[in-house]
Amino acid sequence: MSRSVRVVLDDTVEARAPWSHVVLTGQSLRIVDLEGNQAVDFLLYSAHDSVERYSAADTMTAQGNVYLTTGSVLRSNEGNPMMTLTGSTVERHDTVGGACSRESNSLRYGHHTNHQHACVDNFLHEHVRRDMGKRDMVPNINFFMNVPVEPDGSLGIVDGISAPGLYVELRAEMDVIVVVSNCPQINNPCNGFAPSPVRMIVTEPA
Amino acid sequence: MNSIDTATTHGARDHARAQAAAAAERFSRSVPPGEPGVLWRETVEAGNYATRVLPRGARLTLRDPDGDTSVQLLVFNHHQRAERLNVPDTVKVQWQAYLGAGRLLLSDMGRVLMSFEADSSAGHDTFSAMSNRFWNDAKYGDGAVHGFAPNARDRFAVALAKEGLGRRDIGPSVNLFKPVFVEADGSFTWRGSTPQPGSEVVLRADMDVLVALTVTPHVLDPRTEYTVSPLEITAVTGVPAGADDPIRTATPEAQRAFENTEDWLLTRRGHAGEAGAR
Repeated sequence: MSRSVRVVLDDTVEARAPWSHVVLTGQSLRIVDLEGNQAVDFLLYSAHDSVERYSAADTMTAQGNVYLTTGSVLRSNEGNPMMTLTGSTVERHDTVGGACSRESNSLRYGHHTNHQHACVDNFLHEHVRRDMGKRDMVPNINFFMNVPVEPDGSLGIVDGISAPGLYVELRAEMDVIVVVSNCPQINNPCNGFAPSPVRMIVTEPA
Repeated sequence: MNSIDTATTHGARDHARAQAAAAAERFSRSVPPGEPGVLWRETVEAGNYATRVLPRGARLTLRDPDGDTSVQLLVFNHHQRAERLNVPDTVKVQWQAYLGAGRLLLSDMGRVLMSFEADSSAGHDTFSAMSNRFWNDAKYGDGAVHGFAPNARDRFAVALAKEGLGRRDIGPSVNLFKPVFVEADGSFTWRGSTPQPGSEVVLRADMDVLVALTVTPHVLDPRTEYTVSPLEITAVTGVPAGADDPIRTATPEAQRAFENTEDWLLTRRGHAGEAGAR
C-alpha cells in the first residue's frame, strides 16, 4: 500500500470465524496471515446477481494453471473477471482443495470429527444472512494453503508455505460480496493445527 | 416428404407422423421389448444434453463409439437435490485427482453418489471448466445455445430447469473421456487428442441419483472447429454395493462414505415406512 489510499475497513477475523463484506469495483482487499499458515477459505459473488460467482474451474482454465499467484484473475462462472491478485508475498495459493465440512471431515479423519466446526458451516452462516443458501456453495479459494498435485494425480493438503505477516492483495473488478471462512480445521496442517486470526483491510484510491 | 400436403390438419398430421419412422434407427430412445432390466438407452449427439433419474444399484454405461466424445457430468441426490456432486471433496477425500475404475463420485454431504465400476477410457478431468458462452464465443465465434457451437453451461441451464433446478445448481462438472494432466508447476497439459473408439465408463448408482450430462467439446480441446462425437448411454438395473464390495473396502475413506450413505438410507426408509425401499 505504498500508493496513496484511504482505508475503508480494517477488520480482524477471529480464529474459526465467518466474515463477509461487499468490496466495490476499484477497491482493494488485503488479507494478512497474522500468525502464519492460516488457511482463509474465500468465495466471491456478484453484488448485483449472486448467480454469478467465483468459479475455480474457469479461473484455472483461463490461466492454464491450478495455482493462484500474483497476476491471477479470479473469474466467474460466466468467465468475467471478479478480482485480480495484485500482490502476494506467499508464492502460491490453492483453489483445488475446496472447503472443509463436517461431512467430508467424517470421511477424511473419522466419524468422531462430525461435530467439529468447519468452513462449510461458516460459509452457510454468511450465505443465509445474505439470502443465499446451500445451492450457492461452490469450490472456493484457500489463501495461504498448500495443495500440491503430484505426477500420479496424488494431491492433498501439506505443510504450509506462509509465515506471520505475509499477505495477499486483491483488486475488485466488479462489485463483489466477499465471503470468508477463517478455517477452523484442526485435523490437517492447513492451519498449522492451531487456527489463528487474520486481518482484512479494504482500501480505495485516495 | 415434400409430397405431403401440410395445408390441412390431416395433411400436417400425416407429415408429422412420417418423420419418426424415417429417423427411428438413429434416435431410438424407447427400450425395445425383451430387454429386461434396461432402464435407459439414448444416443446424445454433439452439443446436446440428457438427464435421467436412476435408482440405487443401477449401472450407467457411457460409451464413446467413435472415440472422440467429451462429456460433462453432474450428479444430484434425487431425493434432496441440494445435495450434489462436490468435485473438491471427490479429489481431496480420495487423495487423487485422476478418476478411473474404483473411484467414487462424492456428494457435498459426505456420501457416495456413484462409483466407477469399470473404465476403459484414456482418462478424465476434474480441474477444467465446462464450456460457457464466454469460452465458446471466444473459440468458435458463437457459443449460443441455438447456434452451431452450443456451450455446456447454457445446455445445463435448460436441462436442469426441466428438473426444477436453476443456474445456481450448475456446479463444476467432472469432464469425462478427455484427460488433462497437471505438471509440477501446476500448468495443464492436454491429453485428450488420442481417439479411443469403443471405450466406456460404467458408473454404479450408490443412491437414487439425478444424472445430468452434456456432450460438448472440452474447453482445452485445441481444435478451433466445434468437434465432438456422440455418446451412447445405456443404464440397467443392478444390485447395490454389498458389505464386501471391493470399491467400498478399498480405503477407509470409501468405507466411511458408504457408511454415511447407508446411514442416510436407513433414516429415509424409516420415515417413508417402506420395508426394503431404496
